[in-house]
Amino acid sequence: MKKKIRGRSIRFIMVIAYGLIAVMLMASHGNGAVKHQQWKGQDTTKWPATFGFGRTATAQEISLWDIAIRPDGKGLPSGEGDAARGKVLYALKCAACHGENGRETPGFKLPAPALVSDTLFKSKPKTIGNYWPYATTLFDYMRRTMPYNLPGSLTNNEVYSLTAFLLGSNQIIKPDFILNAQTLPRVIMPAKKLFVVDDRRGGAEVK
Amino acid sequence: MTEGVGQKLNNNELMEENKNTEMNKTPGRISRRTLLGGALAAAIIPVSSSFAKYIQAGVPVGPISDPTKTVGPGPSVLGKRSPFEHPVRKPSDLSSRTPLQDLYSTITPSDLHFERHHAGVATIDPGKYELLIHGMVSRPMKFTLADLKKFPSFTRICFLECAGNFRTGKEEMTPQDVLGLTSQSEWTGVMLSTLLREVGVSEKASWLLAEGSDASLMTRSIPRKGWDEAIIAYGQNGEALRPEQGYPARLLLPGWEGNTNVKWIRRIEISDQPFMTREETSRYTYPVKDKIRMFSFEMDARSIITYPSFPQKVDRGWIEIRGIAWTGRGKIVKVEVSTDAGKTWSSAKLQEPVLDKAHTLFRYLWQWNGENTEILSRAIDETGYIQPTLRQLVDARGTDLGGYHLNPVTSWQIRTDGSVLFKPENWK
Ligand code: HEC
Repeated sequence: MKKKIRGRSIRFIMVIAYGLIAVMLMASHGNGAVKHQQWKGQDTTKWPATFGFGRTATAQEISLWDIAIRPDGKGLPSGEGDAARGKVLYALKCAACHGENGRETPGFKLPAPALVSDTLFKSKPKTIGNYWPYATTLFDYMRRTMPYNLPGSLTNNEVYSLTAFLLGSNQIIKPDFILNAQTLPRVIMPAKKLFVVDDRRGGAEVK
Repeated sequence: MTEGVGQKLNNNELMEENKNTEMNKTPGRISRRTLLGGALAAAIIPVSSSFAKYIQAGVPVGPISDPTKTVGPGPSVLGKRSPFEHPVRKPSDLSSRTPLQDLYSTITPSDLHFERHHAGVATIDPGKYELLIHGMVSRPMKFTLADLKKFPSFTRICFLECAGNFRTGKEEMTPQDVLGLTSQSEWTGVMLSTLLREVGVSEKASWLLAEGSDASLMTRSIPRKGWDEAIIAYGQNGEALRPEQGYPARLLLPGWEGNTNVKWIRRIEISDQPFMTREETSRYTYPVKDKIRMFSFEMDARSIITYPSFPQKVDRGWIEIRGIAWTGRGKIVKVEVSTDAGKTWSSAKLQEPVLDKAHTLFRYLWQWNGENTEILSRAIDETGYIQPTLRQLVDARGTDLGGYHLNPVTSWQIRTDGSVLFKPENWK
């Protein structure tokens, strides 16, 4: 099956690269800009090189807990999924709280946020289509804590399929798109271009 | 005597007292507490009018015997509040708010500390607790709670505040309703830098991921500028953390938005980029004109008058206006109060010592002439930042503000009859 991504991947890689540079600049900037220099913390002059408390963590222990996924795809597991399988899972495991097809029902208050919107920034509700900057976040979040009543119960293939279903419903990927560790980080989210890092550092200006 | 009455009232405090009484009973002898225990508690009934929503007043019923003629209960294993005092948090589905109007100074009693969690309060066995630090380190390590407590410890007073702290919309709102998602404690733990020294962090590292062990496996990316002051806290106001505040250990980032202070922390991954978790992308971000602002870590300076406030009533004459001010960017240098609806401003007195990133008490003596007016406060921090009005915030950010990092000046209306009402503001 042909895999199609909305937008061109070259452009996407550039965007990621610029994003990272910006973020790293911010981090180093932040360092210099700490205002309250009176803060000293601990005086370590008489400390030994190591206290010897704690122990080395084994590779197995680390892999058991190391579930975070970065925007560049680091951490994504093997496996795959698509929207068709996701639709079935969604109806079964998610619709009760997030609404049929993830949409708000007029006059009815869902116990959980709606998950489908169009891709225009100012539209409501603010969700995946118009407000999420990274597709990897969706996988990471759902695997860690959804369904709310049974967190940690989804298999990796199920999470790929649900991610595909929700990205498809928000018109970000085509219905036949196969999501896996290679394709997911290449999906460009419509809201990505809207996000800016807070650059306020105090001072008189209201921003 | 009154003991039976108390049991009928099914007063929780009294039940506790009775349990202690049983334990202290020596066979063949009636303890003094069996006779007297709960006499006071029994004299308290809950007020069930709508007013009770705001003030849980203890109403004495029946005669309370002359305390100079009555020997009181003896020593006990656990202290508790006077049966006349009923400060309570105000819970909703998502959070529970601190009764700011009931506090006389800046340490929040631990059982009144605000709550916000994303999948309920985790129950963690301290004997099984471990903190993993890995990623860009020379030696990935695990620390038990006992390990954490062996390291050089550190204690600091600072506030915590949810980034979504601010409600408005109606006049019948208390300080708790408006700004109850902030509290202050004296925290004790091991400084994160002490642990990072132990694992050996790569020079190239610039972000870390903090992960909780609750059912939301809460995660936030923390840039290096936050590491120096970070504490892995296991103590709160001298005792172990409360479960709602992350027992047995949490991340504490003084002055930073509440959500980054990951509770029930179990994992720290050292990295060279942010992870872009849900809580730092789709949540805790906010529209600013035609952009979305992310990574607002420091809480902006703000203040609130806690007395007089709704639903209190004031009398014409001298009133000491009181409140708290705080900033995530260092110290509060000044609080100004207006008693004429913002036309003129005067400096309030700050309670010393003024601490870094801490609730700071302010007081301002005012003689009220009995006329309609509005009283307001605004905080100024050491960076020169002046707490803005809602209008200024809307002008700077647009009308689609969202609910995060909103720190407008708030106002109480004083009516001629002495009633005090919150002044709701609309920005749409
Ligand atoms: C029992 C109700 C419930 C069920 C079932 C449930 N969720 Fe959720 N979901 C929630 C709640 C509540 C939240 C908001 C949690 C928060 O804000 O901390 C949420 C949040 C989310 C979000 C983030 C939304 C946003 O705007 O940030 C996604 C995505 C999501 N759920 C996906 C799913 C998927 C996929 C399933 C099915 C596998 C599912 N949920 C099942 C209750 C539920």
